[in-house]
Amino acid sequence: MSNTVPLPTPHTPRPAPTDDIPLEVHDLTVAYQKKPVLWGIDLVVPAGKLIGIIGPNGAGKSTLIKAILGQVPASAGWVKVFGEPLKKNLRRIGYVPQRESVDWDFPVNVLDVVLMGRYGRLGLFQRPRREDVDKARSCLDQVKMLPFANRQISNLSGGQQQRVFLARALAQEADLYFMDEPFAGVDAATESAIIALLQELKSRGKTLMVVHHDLSTAKEYFDMLLLLNMRVVSFGPTEQVFNNELLQKTYGGRLTILTDVAEAVKQQS
Amino acid sequence: MPVLRSALLLLLTFALLPTSAQAARVGDVLETSVLDQAIRFFTFRDPSVRYALIGAVLIGVSTGLLGSFIVVRRMAMAGDALSHAVLPGVALGFLWNMSKDPVAIFVGATLAGLLGTAFVSWITSTTRIKEDAALGMVLAGFFSVGLCLMSMIQGLPTGNKSGINSFIFGQAAAIGPADLKLMGIVTVGALLGVTLFYRQLLVSSFDPGFARASGLPVRWVHHGLMLFLAFAVVIALQAVGVVLVSALLIIPAATAYLLTDRMHRMLAIAVAAGVIAGMVGSFVSFLAPALPTGPFIVLASAGLFTAAFLFSPRQGLLLRWWHQRSRNARVACENSLKAIYHVAESHGFKGEGALLRELAERRRSTLEEELARIRSLVATGWATLSDDGAVVYPTPAGWQRASEIVRNHRLWELYLTNAAQISPDHVHEDAEKIEHVLGEEIVRELERRLQFATVDPHGRSIPALGDIRGTAPSRAESTPGFRRSGP
Repeated sequence: MSNTVPLPTPHTPRPAPTDDIPLEVHDLTVAYQKKPVLWGIDLVVPAGKLIGIIGPNGAGKSTLIKAILGQVPASAGWVKVFGEPLKKNLRRIGYVPQRESVDWDFPVNVLDVVLMGRYGRLGLFQRPRREDVDKARSCLDQVKMLPFANRQISNLSGGQQQRVFLARALAQEADLYFMDEPFAGVDAATESAIIALLQELKSRGKTLMVVHHDLSTAKEYFDMLLLLNMRVVSFGPTEQVFNNELLQKTYGGRLTILTDVAEAVKQQS
Repeated sequence: MPVLRSALLLLLTFALLPTSAQAARVGDVLETSVLDQAIRFFTFRDPSVRYALIGAVLIGVSTGLLGSFIVVRRMAMAGDALSHAVLPGVALGFLWNMSKDPVAIFVGATLAGLLGTAFVSWITSTTRIKEDAALGMVLAGFFSVGLCLMSMIQGLPTGNKSGINSFIFGQAAAIGPADLKLMGIVTVGALLGVTLFYRQLLVSSFDPGFARASGLPVRWVHHGLMLFLAFAVVIALQAVGVVLVSALLIIPAATAYLLTDRMHRMLAIAVAAGVIAGMVGSFVSFLAPALPTGPFIVLASAGLFTAAFLFSPRQGLLLRWWHQRSRNARVACENSLKAIYHVAESHGFKGEGALLRELAERRRSTLEEELARIRSLVATGWATLSDDGAVVYPTPAGWQRASEIVRNHRLWELYLTNAAQISPDHVHEDAEKIEHVLGEEIVRELERRLQFATVDPHGRSIPALGDIRGTAPSRAESTPGFRRSGP
């Protein structure tokens, strides 16, 4: 900072220290059965943004989230969450997995699922307390699912199931959210309710990274876009990134040689 | 043919009766009737009965608890493979000091089971072979090794009388105090583990990805579960046997899964079902010590499952059948009402009731068929029948329902033709079904969307809601009030 910059007035926020960077990813590389699926991912994600992750099928969108969360082993690279290793800040992370990743016939009701959002905050043997239940109920209310609190989860529509997952993530009271295709297979009413909720979270300073499939809505939904196809094609404000040239680079036929090299790596090993 | 069948049944009964009498002698029991036997059994008079019964209860508790998690985690096949993989360990445990030392067998069996499980994950993680094939191979491979070792033991001088064979199909009567001690430790451990780590087990079973992201020790939960699964299998061996022990993990849990929607209730029901099955099975084993116990325990739990399958309030076949039946009956009655409405409409709503003959003509049925239909309609209180059985009079409630059905039908036809652009000759069949399911909310919405239209696509008038409510037609009224109401 040079001397010409005016001193911050009491109303301007203090300059962000490094631990206010919600997510920093450096050279993250992931391979499935020796076949690389993500190459050298570098990201520095600013706070308070709603970020869409878009890219073709097989681009590694879900894998990126899972690798950041440590669910799939990375063969190289590191991840920092709020300036620290992931494990230290798990409580500040909220996660919405793909809806199809769980068995919706599981013997739990809606409130049980939302309460799971509180589990990370409880001690090893601690049972959910009164305030956890109250919190879960208020999160259900935010997604307008409170009347369904005692419903078994298989008796829900796709949109309702997605709302339950969102309520669970809300119950985590996180600062950084990862959402894997929250708009997949939901009705129009749920989609607009979800996007309103995401906007609201953002306005409270939360950072959201959302895997998204629909290019036609990507531009209006997100502040920033991460164009992904095995590597970061581009990452920046939507108005700068969402253009034909970059989209062509992301989606266009055989745009990268990476696929071929990945194949060669696999053959070699 | 029926004669032949009853003769066969009779023969079978006679064939079975001496068996139990024989068994009583073999068991060195003075009482002969089954009732006396039952009293003797359930009052725990002799220690071996006490051991068998307590053992059955402990096994029921531990397999019920662990089996529930196995079933909801879709690991039933893994449980089966593990339970077969323990056999070589049983044999090696016996060979350790050439006796049925419970601790040696426990350790050997647990290690063999865990080794089998480790093999499966090793194969699936290093090759392209999927889990089901790996499980099948390990199950059969370990089991064969076990069988070879068992037949080797049989050939040894001490092996013959050792009773080691009871591990294959189970023998509850062979449970001793040392076995009970192990069972008690494992069961208390399982109870404690499930109670203390219930949340971790629940979330990592439902959504392991989320559990990991919230920092829960998913991997440790899985390993702990597998360890206790191996324990539960091994303590159940003596009573149920290697071959069928996995059934005791799966069947009580599956029974419970049919009966409830909540995990904690599922655990309780599975434990209860396991305990009941274990007690019934060991009772049979007491009646007939020559027979293996395992099959009877499994049969008892299968009986419980069948009962749940048929009578479960949520998923029971019987209840579903009953609902279907009553729904069909209601639809039939509503169709009769509709026919009455149509007859009344064809007379311009003049006159009282509808002639049975006209109804029959309208529905192309015989008078007898029509009379039967109308009688079931009368039974619901929606209509009355004249003394000579020739005229049907709808009651006020019946007339209201008739008007609602006709209104639903015509509104839906109109909606399909207007909004969905389906041609008028295609919409009748659909409306025939929809008319019975439309609720009041949807009907209001339909009316609003159709701008309170009063004529259906076929040019017939649609009875309006206000009219139906306001004027229940009485017999005396010659022109029921079916005015068109404006928007």
